[in-house]
Amino acid sequence: MRYIRPLSMEDAVGQLAGSSGTAAILAGGSDLLVRMKGGFIEPDLIVDIKAIDGLSEITETGDGFSIGAAVPCAVLGESAALKKAWPGVVEAAKLIGSKQVQGRCTITGNLCNASPAADSVPALVAAGARASIVGPAGRRTIPVQGVPTGPGKTSLAKGEIIEAILLDKRAPRSGDAYLRFIPRTEMDIAVVSAGVNLTLDEHGVVKSARVALGAVAATVLLVEEAAQVLIGSRLDEATLERLAKVCAGACRPIDDKRGTVEFRRKVAGVLAKRAATTAYARAGGK
Amino acid sequence: MAGVAVSTTINGDSVEFLCQPDETLLDVLRDRLGLTGAKEGCGTGDCGACSVILDDRLVCSCLVLGAETEGRRVETIEGMAHGDTLHPLQQKFLEHAALQCGICTPGFLIAAKDLLAKNPDPTEEEIRFGLAGNLCRCTGYDKIVRAVQDAAIVMKGA
Repeated sequence: MRYIRPLSMEDAVGQLAGSSGTAAILAGGSDLLVRMKGGFIEPDLIVDIKAIDGLSEITETGDGFSIGAAVPCAVLGESAALKKAWPGVVEAAKLIGSKQVQGRCTITGNLCNASPAADSVPALVAAGARASIVGPAGRRTIPVQGVPTGPGKTSLAKGEIIEAILLDKRAPRSGDAYLRFIPRTEMDIAVVSAGVNLTLDEHGVVKSARVALGAVAATVLLVEEAAQVLIGSRLDEATLERLAKVCAGACRPIDDKRGTVEFRRKVAGVLAKRAATTAYARAGGK
Repeated sequence: MAGVAVSTTINGDSVEFLCQPDETLLDVLRDRLGLTGAKEGCGTGDCGACSVILDDRLVCSCLVLGAETEGRRVETIEGMAHGDTLHPLQQKFLEHAALQCGICTPGFLIAAKDLLAKNPDPTEEEIRFGLAGNLCRCTGYDKIVRAVQDAAIVMKGA
């Protein structure tokens, strides 16, 4: 095994692309080291991306935010501007693990670990976040939901690295929220989760919406029909009931020790309603 | 596997060591540097017994590679007391009997130190959430929480 700490993206991509055997990217390591310890992966090459310029920074530009791939989730929670613009994304990122894990884990790693129950991913999908990917063929940007393709699997090609997660600048009267169900009060894996992102018009009517559900299918679901239910409404009770029904119907969950299919469907609807209500209030809706 | 040469700072001292590329910081501390205060409970980031502070961030040293600490600052339990003078948290853990078997104690002390550095006046709930990454199977946590509350009062007065 080799451990390298490249200083540039070009070097990192070149080393990954040129590697034979198993290569792993190391940012926070809170998934990678656990998998190594458990014997699930034995990398021949570990590429630590934390010394690459800019990857450990959150940058605010005219277009929005760029969250470097090596920024720990704890830092997201310390960014007042990010919390103000995307409170749902930040609250989702802050739910991952303990203080100790927060100091290391990253939303890019959460995305690339490709767990269906990843906490930050439904919030990012609802937010319309994009992943900026650098690889041997250059740079490309795709919606985050295009990254995980199934449990533990991503669409990234050999040599490709996500350098940052991009979030748009906020339109006025916008809000997002993320909620999950766990049987404990903290530090657990989502049984069901929901992220909702809304923008209202000047009368408090929803003019755009995105609804994402986690842990109810092999990948996070972006539920277009649920968004259509919300658009044009002021989130009255009838709308929320329809939202719950559509979300429950969109789920394709499994039965496991953490929850049954029936339970997950019901809770997906409940969480979507509650997340939508919070997002609506954050957007200034009454 | 070729060894990795690392220069880092531990508890204010410059330290150089050779480690394997897949060797955790916890193993480096314990097996190469003789700093056995950080404990291995789970080895997978769940129990917090191996907590250290890395560049002002609380981390599990079992989830950090030794090689990653090149050029960085590590604070361990061994650096908490000044000579024979215990840190207020250590003193209060003793006074409140906030330990039984003691395996989790170094991790709790480091985590509590980090908590109070960032939030000198935490509520009980903030303490419980802040220390949720540290598991204790003996005390039931109440004595630990009281010790941290008491230490916070002492440290604010200092």
